[in-house]
Amino acid sequence: MDERIPGWLITLTASLSLFIMVFLIYFLVQEGIPTLREVSLKELLLNFDWYPTEEPPALGMAPLIVGSMTVTLLSAVMAVPFSFLIAIFLSEVAPSWFREILKPALELLGFLPSIVLGFLGMVVLAPWLQERFDLLSGLNLFNASLLMGAMIVPIVASLAEESLQAVPRELRDACYALGSTRWETIRKVVLPAALPGLLSASLLGIMRALGETMVVLMAAGGAALVPISIFDPVRPLTSAIAAEMGETPVGSAHYHALFFAGLLLLAMTLGINLVSMWIEKKGKERWMA
Amino acid sequence: MSRKLVDRGASILLWTSAALLVLGLLSILAYLMANGAESMSWEFITRPPRDNMTKGGISTAIIGTLQLVVVSMAFAIPVGVATGIFFAEYATEGPFTTALRLCVRCLAGVPSVVYGLFGLSLFVVFLNFGSSLLSAGLTLACLALPLIVTASETALLAVPQDFRLASYALGANKWQTVRKVVLPAALPTILTGAILSVGRVAGETAPIIFTGAAFFTPKVATSLFDEVMALPYHIMVLATAGTHIEQTRPIQYGTVLVLILLVMGVSSLGIILRARLRRNRR
Repeated sequence: MDERIPGWLITLTASLSLFIMVFLIYFLVQEGIPTLREVSLKELLLNFDWYPTEEPPALGMAPLIVGSMTVTLLSAVMAVPFSFLIAIFLSEVAPSWFREILKPALELLGFLPSIVLGFLGMVVLAPWLQERFDLLSGLNLFNASLLMGAMIVPIVASLAEESLQAVPRELRDACYALGSTRWETIRKVVLPAALPGLLSASLLGIMRALGETMVVLMAAGGAALVPISIFDPVRPLTSAIAAEMGETPVGSAHYHALFFAGLLLLAMTLGINLVSMWIEKKGKERWMA
Repeated sequence: MSRKLVDRGASILLWTSAALLVLGLLSILAYLMANGAESMSWEFITRPPRDNMTKGGISTAIIGTLQLVVVSMAFAIPVGVATGIFFAEYATEGPFTTALRLCVRCLAGVPSVVYGLFGLSLFVVFLNFGSSLLSAGLTLACLALPLIVTASETALLAVPQDFRLASYALGANKWQTVRKVVLPAALPTILTGAILSVGRVAGETAPIIFTGAAFFTPKVATSLFDEVMALPYHIMVLATAGTHIEQTRPIQYGTVLVLILLVMGVSSLGIILRARLRRNRR
């Protein structure tokens, strides 16, 4: 047998990832673009009426896009600072016995299926919010964002911790030698040095929140409206796709519009991913010099 | 003086957030255990649902989830490990390797619901597999692929270079070295990575909703082209789409508990195995 054959087979199998990525983009474009025959791009993105099952259907995705953005931003605002605290604690402060508890706990939280968090939002958090704040419904932007925050803490915290760990020991020692306290060292030396890593960790958390489906499907209330308060219901792109695709005939205008929504999500998450990759690369070059 | 005070304050804040996280996780798990425990019985896990899913067990959903895991891993493990071998042993710097790395990284960030759309258009409609165990399993496999690639590559790179050199010195060629020396040395770590991705796949809902999850089916799938019930989708159906949402609450809690035990059990096993492997290496 030719000894090069296994190498070729391995290379061929490895290229499957390339094919999957290409097919993924191809199929979303192929199924999503036909929606532009029904409505113009401007209408699709800027119109605030999403009544896809009416005759004729109103396919304005603006409320869905706003829904995705608000949930993502609110959950990032709540989860990113908390994740940084956890990361700083793990990297700089925690004694090893506590690290051995916190690390697995963080990881297990990351393995909690999103459907379970969504379920908790429905049966525990929603009734509590409803009673506590005297709301019409506890299924709203705030509920979904809080749970989404819980989903992204493990991602952001573990990536942020890695970038704190990568800061050379000597920088900390030099700072202590100048008489700084631990907090001063963290704030003035370690955090600025790890900034690219922290930024990229937050971006990857935001990317995950943007694409997360089950939590928003179950806990966000599902009304395709622009929220005025944090206790208003929203319907992000992901939950619109998950909720509506099942009852949509293959090939209808609504079907293509949902694929277009998927294409938007793909474009946004790919964009965030590429930016975070670029920041990481810049950050690495920093310690090379 | 006040500098010391600020330092003390920061430490307290950091300790509090860490404690909050651990307590939060424990209380979520404890709450789900306490509420799910009352529906737990031998009948619950060994009988299919009946009476419009308001009574009976969830055996079909448990088996369906296991079948989905098996089908997805049957595809994702060989392809993922081969890709890991490519990156660690065969890849040379060049546009192909760079493009492939970019793809793996991007696939890891694709939203799960987008994988669902992809599976619907490629497997269900284009390849005409229909809404089936096969379509849903392959969709989940695409989602798990980047996880397994990264785990295998890391595992293979951790094998000391001396192993390879020793094998070459004995006259072995590249493939013999990879298959008989490097792969066996990395296998435990690769398997651990696979176990962790099983934990991820078993809890996914969005990719299977329109590719093969059944609202209700009394039978266990006997062919790759049958639809299956799955634990995560069953929870969603009962909690949002069922006609007896309040009445089936105990079943919902029970299903959540079974899913949690399955996912957390598998993931904990992976985490423990990995910690043990790292300790042995040191």
